[in-house]
Amino acid sequence: MSRSRLKLALLMLAVLLFVGSLMAGKAWVPVDAWWSGDPRWMIIAELRLPRALLAAVLGGVLGLSGAVLQGWLRNPLADPGVLGVSSAAALGAVAALVLGVASQWGVFAAAMGAAIGAMALLAALTWRAESAAAFVLAGSVLASLAAALTAFLISIAPNPYVVAEVLDWLMGALTDRSFADLGYAAPFMLAGAALLLLTGRGLDALTLGSDAARSLGIDLRRLQALVIAGTGLAVGAGVAVTGVIGFVGLVVPHLLRPLVGARPSALLVPSALGGAALVLGADTLCRLAPGPGEVRLGVAMALIGAPFFLALLLGERGRSWG
Amino acid sequence: MGLIASGVTVKLGRRTVLRDVSAAFEPGRVTVVLGANGAGKSTLLRAAAALVPIQAGAVTIDGGDVARLPPRERAGTIGYLPQDAVVHWNMQVRDLVALGRLPHGDAGADAIEQALAATRTLDLADRSARNLSGGERARVLLARVLAGEPRWLLADEPLASLDPQHQLETLELLRNAAMAGMGVVIVLHDLTLAAAIADDVLLLKDGQVLAQGPAEAVMTPDHLAAAYGVRVDMVVRSDGRRIILPLGPV
Repeated sequence: MSRSRLKLALLMLAVLLFVGSLMAGKAWVPVDAWWSGDPRWMIIAELRLPRALLAAVLGGVLGLSGAVLQGWLRNPLADPGVLGVSSAAALGAVAALVLGVASQWGVFAAAMGAAIGAMALLAALTWRAESAAAFVLAGSVLASLAAALTAFLISIAPNPYVVAEVLDWLMGALTDRSFADLGYAAPFMLAGAALLLLTGRGLDALTLGSDAARSLGIDLRRLQALVIAGTGLAVGAGVAVTGVIGFVGLVVPHLLRPLVGARPSALLVPSALGGAALVLGADTLCRLAPGPGEVRLGVAMALIGAPFFLALLLGERGRSWG
Repeated sequence: MGLIASGVTVKLGRRTVLRDVSAAFEPGRVTVVLGANGAGKSTLLRAAAALVPIQAGAVTIDGGDVARLPPRERAGTIGYLPQDAVVHWNMQVRDLVALGRLPHGDAGADAIEQALAATRTLDLADRSARNLSGGERARVLLARVLAGEPRWLLADEPLASLDPQHQLETLELLRNAAMAGMGVVIVLHDLTLAAAIADDVLLLKDGQVLAQGPAEAVMTPDHLAAAYGVRVDMVVRSDGRRIILPLGPV
């Protein structure tokens, strides 16, 4: 399949899943009810539309940032989590919840602020260090520190309701997300995605190692700044409104690489489309799961993603990476 | 004119790897950089390509400081082939060679075909990097550099992992590139191959220049003994080609 055909197929898949996401839920709303003045239209316009839009954008940036980070670190096992941005954003949100910030905007601002602060710290720590190892090390230190501080905050939470609220948030979900959430997060996510889309040339050159990339005229510091700022904005904003949703950034580029070829720049747009499709599909399945409540998207993604990825790895055993 | 290093000092960490190195390389000639392990050969090439910061001195091309050239202009002028032939992703050979066009920002289909043809890798063009032998990969990576049509080629051990036939073909390719006007600077370890290709030789020892000039003048048993710490025997064949044989410690 040619690359443009694959992109078209992925786009159509994402659109189909988007429409499916609008139709599906505890109440099934058929398409002809959308424009016939049916009162169920409200369910779609007010509840499902913002949720589906958020799922599409979130999946897109998670897939895209996964593809960028795998290219940047030249490692098929990298995902946005290695930068510590998700953990930092979660820390910000948890701090806001524990300190009693009630407004949606307050929680978002705290999470986004923490994500940007962590990325600034990461940029400072890895400035002049051009090895991928230093980058991964600094990222994991940030992630562990944020996780430890989050645990500390939970342990000093004033009452069990706050703890429940925090745990609920940490599990990651798109349930009841409104246009207001979308309004806070989308500009950051789209700005981050725009920065990440500028990295293609540099990522391609890095295939030959950092010396060869620099000899090809690539400014590795600029590339690193784009990767950090782009991931920080896009994933930070995503986590700030949905909580931590893993595996998308890891699995999607990995699944698409055999189809589009291993050239990192060719993987960026397909990964964004594939990520959008995956999150839309998974969120729809969460909604359709039987029972009174909903399975958390973050939980579902890990439950589906981990065994799936394990199977993939076992299937590839014996073959070399990439 | 040409590629000139003047008083170049490079420190990596606390170690001074190059100390006050001055050398001149001319376009249209093949210069071989020789020296023992750790003598600073690779670092000199990296300094010439502005890949390591220089503590003192400067490298210039036609009078312009290499470190101050805009990165893409520098990349279009100097083609650099690193010593370690890494290919991180399993890309198709043609895509890999096309990376050489990045500084020019065009498809450069003709340049890519020529580079594949020159390195005799046309038949590999549709293979993926994972399925190449070490020698095939080395030739493909050389094709990547040639696809950028640089005026200067700095190659760090381009013959490593090549079999004798491909060594000779690659030497011929480098010779032809120099005859077409390219400045060719290569690091080699095999003294006999170095003698076969070199117009000029730069001999380094402990980060300093031991000797430089035309190959016959520099590659003498005395110089080589001083640079490598081994006695060498030099046999001049009837066709004038020299075979250089390391015998034992000085």
